[in-house]
Amino acid sequence: MDTTTAPAPVGVGTGVGVGTDAAPLGRPPAVRRRRPPVHLLRRWVSPVALVGLWQLASSTGVLDERKLASPAQVAATAVDLVQAGTLGTQTLISLQRVGLGFAIGASIGLALAVVAGLSRIGEDAIDPPMQMLRTLPHFGLVTLFIIWFGIGETPKVALIALGATFPLYLNTLGGIRGIERKTLEAAKALHLTWAQRIRHVVIPGALPQTLVGLRQSLGIAWLSLIVAETIASQSGLGHMINHAKDFLQTDVIVVGLAVYSLLGLATDAVVRHLERKALAWRS
Amino acid sequence: MALLTPQSTTDRDDASRPTGEHVARVRGHHRSFGDTHVLRAIDLDVRHGEIVALLGRSGCGKSTLLRSLAALDPVPAGEVEVSGRTGVAFQEPRLLNWRTVHQNVALALLNSPERKQRLGLAEAALAEVGLGEKLDAWPLELSGGQAQRVSLARALVSNPALLLLDEPFSALDALTRIEMHQLVIELWRRHSMAILLVTHDVDEALALADRLVVMDAGRIGRTWEITLPRSERAPSQPDIARTRAEVLAALGVRPTPRNPRRDPVTGELGPTHHQPTKRGAA
Repeated sequence: MDTTTAPAPVGVGTGVGVGTDAAPLGRPPAVRRRRPPVHLLRRWVSPVALVGLWQLASSTGVLDERKLASPAQVAATAVDLVQAGTLGTQTLISLQRVGLGFAIGASIGLALAVVAGLSRIGEDAIDPPMQMLRTLPHFGLVTLFIIWFGIGETPKVALIALGATFPLYLNTLGGIRGIERKTLEAAKALHLTWAQRIRHVVIPGALPQTLVGLRQSLGIAWLSLIVAETIASQSGLGHMINHAKDFLQTDVIVVGLAVYSLLGLATDAVVRHLERKALAWRS
Repeated sequence: MALLTPQSTTDRDDASRPTGEHVARVRGHHRSFGDTHVLRAIDLDVRHGEIVALLGRSGCGKSTLLRSLAALDPVPAGEVEVSGRTGVAFQEPRLLNWRTVHQNVALALLNSPERKQRLGLAEAALAEVGLGEKLDAWPLELSGGQAQRVSLARALVSNPALLLLDEPFSALDALTRIEMHQLVIELWRRHSMAILLVTHDVDEALALADRLVVMDAGRIGRTWEITLPRSERAPSQPDIARTRAEVLAALGVRPTPRNPRRDPVTGELGPTHHQPTKRGAA
């Protein structure tokens, strides 16, 4: 196992997990203020300037090309990789892993939260082990997973699933618990059945918090993917990055990292859009 | 549908309403939580179309009795009988914030025989409480008074025989409260349901009820029948003033000298003696 690459994915991970930091548990995402277009434009000045400085440092030889490729080189490599089909293929493989792992983890987290949230017995049975397991740094389980599942797809998907389970579990459970007893009682006074109360009160009432959990779970799913792919993989973006490392192709590494963060940003944007649609009632 | 067709707009303060039939009958009802006896041997009848105000200090058991009647808590068999549907409105509107005003009201008919027409009936009920324009609003967009009216519409849309109101106006400002009193009386005249109003506002009880029942420490205490038409129930009216003093005494409030700032018509405290606008026949 190559441990020297570990810091890189973690660093990228904080970028991927933007959504995790933006919406702390228990607080609904704030309504975004509309900024005037001039202001929006102004916010692009410093990032563009930074890339310009980077290019300048590379062109003048201040920045060693073997340590970090220039932005122009990175862009050219990205075009090459896309045209060769490598980037698309590897990205698709990574997407499949994260999709499968997230689907499994999210389903488990949601199901456990619903059972624990709706019944006392379920809560007593499920919550203690979940609270203990969630404190376990799940990346630490990689070693065990490789012993258990080998180095195929299973340990990667399992790591992603495990990481995605807890934020959705905790937030959904918190959302269900946060529904006011008085509101549930009003539904009872309307003679709604148990199933109707779940459908009209519990699920929509817990939804804001569940969506916060969804964003956190997605962020962790991406992080887990990067860790899993970097440690042992014969394909995927992580493999592409690892392979490039052996040949000091810093341009390929940067392209891989950029794709990771773009994918993370894209999924986060999808959830934000979902939030705006589903939570219109809070405006 | 009784909700859509006003049955009678005449003042029903006379003795024309049906008596003898009870919409609710409570016999020897007892409730305790642990060692605390909240209700002790309660006997109470509510006649069809009657407004009963249940008064008492906090913790006297009046809300617990309402919960028994609303079947919100499990009750020993035979102690509480309610014939016909009930509708409940609480101190807080308790609306589902994630459903529109229209959907909130329609939900009350989800398990009723009228479930197919529930959207139309909900619209009519909202129009009745003056919120026909707010069908698609979210509850969080409403003022406190509007939200409480939605809550009333939701309680009434199923056309209940007994409307249970648990201090529904106590969180509203004084002016909104007066409007709500008038609205409740209007709705009551139209639908002729019985109302059990839990309140600790003696003046509210005097303005609205046919019968005042004081509860103390889980027991039913004194009862007053008010036969005076609602339009004649000014606080200065001798019978009303006397009943008011008696009820307050039964609640353990010592009499205070008459406050010159108290409005002689509404009983509201205010800086001036301006005559308030009279709406409806309440």
